[in-house]
Amino acid sequence: MTRYFYDKRVREIFWQAALLAGLAGTIILIVRNASQNMVNAGMASGFDFLWRTSGIDVSFVLTAYTPDANILALLWVGVANTLVITFVAAIAATLLGFVVGIARLSPNKLLAGLAGAYIEFVRNIPLLFFVLFWYFGVIAALPGPRQSIGFFAVAFLNNRGLTIPVPTDGTAFRIAALVVLAGFVAQAAIAVWAKRRRDATGLIFPVWASGLALFIALPALAFGIAAALSSWDVPALRGFNYRGGFVLVPEFVALFAALATYTAGFIAEIVRGGIQSVVKGQWEAAYALGLRPNRALSLIVIPQAMRVMVPPLTSQYLNVLKNSSFGAAIAFPELVSLFVGSALTNTGQAIEIIAITLAIYLALGLAVSGFMNWYNARTRLVTR
Amino acid sequence: MTAAGTLGVRPVRASLLRRIKADYFATPLNAVVSLLCIAAIIAIVVPIVRWALIDAHFAGTTRADCTGSGACWVFVKARFGQFMYGFYPPAERWRVNLAAVLMIAAAVLSFWPGLPRRALAVPLIWAGFLVIATWLLSGGAGLTRVETRQWGGLMLTVFLSVYAGALAVPLGILLALGRQSELPVIRLVATIFIEFWRGVPIITVIFLASLLLPLVMPAGWDIDRLVRALVGLAFVIAAYMAEAVRGGLQAIPKGQAEAASAQGLGYWQTTGLVVLPQALRISMPAMTNEFIALVKNTSLVSIVSIFDLLGIAQASLADPAWVGMNMEAYAFAGTVYWLICFGLSRWSRHLEAGRKTTH
Repeated sequence: MTRYFYDKRVREIFWQAALLAGLAGTIILIVRNASQNMVNAGMASGFDFLWRTSGIDVSFVLTAYTPDANILALLWVGVANTLVITFVAAIAATLLGFVVGIARLSPNKLLAGLAGAYIEFVRNIPLLFFVLFWYFGVIAALPGPRQSIGFFAVAFLNNRGLTIPVPTDGTAFRIAALVVLAGFVAQAAIAVWAKRRRDATGLIFPVWASGLALFIALPALAFGIAAALSSWDVPALRGFNYRGGFVLVPEFVALFAALATYTAGFIAEIVRGGIQSVVKGQWEAAYALGLRPNRALSLIVIPQAMRVMVPPLTSQYLNVLKNSSFGAAIAFPELVSLFVGSALTNTGQAIEIIAITLAIYLALGLAVSGFMNWYNARTRLVTR
Repeated sequence: MTAAGTLGVRPVRASLLRRIKADYFATPLNAVVSLLCIAAIIAIVVPIVRWALIDAHFAGTTRADCTGSGACWVFVKARFGQFMYGFYPPAERWRVNLAAVLMIAAAVLSFWPGLPRRALAVPLIWAGFLVIATWLLSGGAGLTRVETRQWGGLMLTVFLSVYAGALAVPLGILLALGRQSELPVIRLVATIFIEFWRGVPIITVIFLASLLLPLVMPAGWDIDRLVRALVGLAFVIAAYMAEAVRGGLQAIPKGQAEAASAQGLGYWQTTGLVVLPQALRISMPAMTNEFIALVKNTSLVSIVSIFDLLGIAQASLADPAWVGMNMEAYAFAGTVYWLICFGLSRWSRHLEAGRKTTH
């Protein structure tokens, strides 16, 4: 008997079995309590509610949703709004973050100091503060429609939001988006092909040149042509408000401004750390091996800087996705405020609604997290 | 480096004017950048100073005492008690102050270099503090009871952070060890737990905790509203803490654990006596950063109508006697958050610098 007690393998199996049994017990207890409580409270269960008419009016809709549609359609409105705010805020935060991060390293101490002050300011205050500040402090204090702040006489900012022109027919833009997507796929294929050829023959293909063309020139060209071909619905002041165009509601503008400026502070620190992490000796060693400056940059310095920068950058984009839920604090109709807020109040099915919401965030987030762990395992310095 | 510098000769100090010229106006581009920066600083600082100091009103008790365009600090003065203590009964506020003093004492004691048996003493100090603080704040056993519904303001922000942190650190260490474990089931369970809580927004977790926790409890059990939010926050932060600790664990060479095993130490002895003390020292700055994130994220409890500092500042804007005090309330709350988080981040950097010199 004692022989088994001291056997390492028996003990390992015992502890793991004990953990599983404990977990199973907890889950059974939770399910029993929950079902008992739901019966007592007369709560409904199941996912039938998704096909019920929602009746909820939403201020910011990008899909074909109307209050007559079902709750599933409402869910998609929330998902679409979450993805849109995440996407635009992440792009703006990256641009601002790179500018501030590089400015932080400027030899001009005034510029570096300003960038440093910005970083320390946004990083040490809660995001919720910025969301409330932009919404109640800035947007609410803007002038009314008649005294709007105009941008090139096509977009107008006032306390009812930002009114922007929209094309009357989106076909040209849809085609442009497809072309851009095809360009991205082509670039991925070129990169794979170029690496295979380099491994096999040693010949170098300028992947960055095709990348520049396919990632920047092609989208600019495609959307430029689409913009020129489409006819535009430009907002114009009629009476007390703007007619025409598309209104980005104040909640959208406030959440976008807060997310972009807040995340930029974190991205700036990542950029600074990435650039500083590559020691000068790496450049010198590359030159000593006879590499030209651009080769040294692309083969020696960038891969090492990226090893430092990509995982935290990815996690910042993940943070933007999760932080878009702060929209619930100012009732911007994103996933949490529409589904966990409005839909839950209407249906009362807390378990199902929270489970669906968590599952959506996890599905989006776990994909990124899995990629990061794979990247971390691949690039981690291996000891022995 | 200049030739004089390499020879160890002190270069002659250039005059101030010359140095400014060399540092900021050496090239035309540099001069333009410097001038733009000066313009930006003036454009930002001057209106703020005018609003917050020069044109501001400090004296008085009501809205009518603020007449000009500057800040109305009378509002903050009138609301100060609420911003600090929420709706905690004024006669009992000494208990909050005492708990805060004890907290500072506990923090100082746990970082005092001469502390004997640190690995045992630090958890004991904090466990003792939490028991005493809970008694002081909520009452009972000789003290008047104060419902958690009456807690609020900065006091709630601070104690919610400390309670959640105290739960999250041990749980996070266990999770990090589980994730590094050689036993596949334990590793899988820890990994799923960590990735689940890291993958979902904190707002949804707070909703989850406040809506579903009462549902999964046996019928008739009621959990305090604040405790629900606390449990939700603690789980999320534990997952983040676990990743911070894992960074430290990964930095310890395998040879350390192998050497300890070779001495005949078992798993818990190897971990507790050899690996963790080294790993935690490396993880401290990262864990402090997670704690800063926690302090900032406690502001989310205002979503479920628990009024922390930011929540109570926002709620005070609805007072009809003080219309239009948005900027004053935000400026005050923002400054307090900034001071706390900036102080903590400086301290984290100090820890990092200290680590570099000791090795």
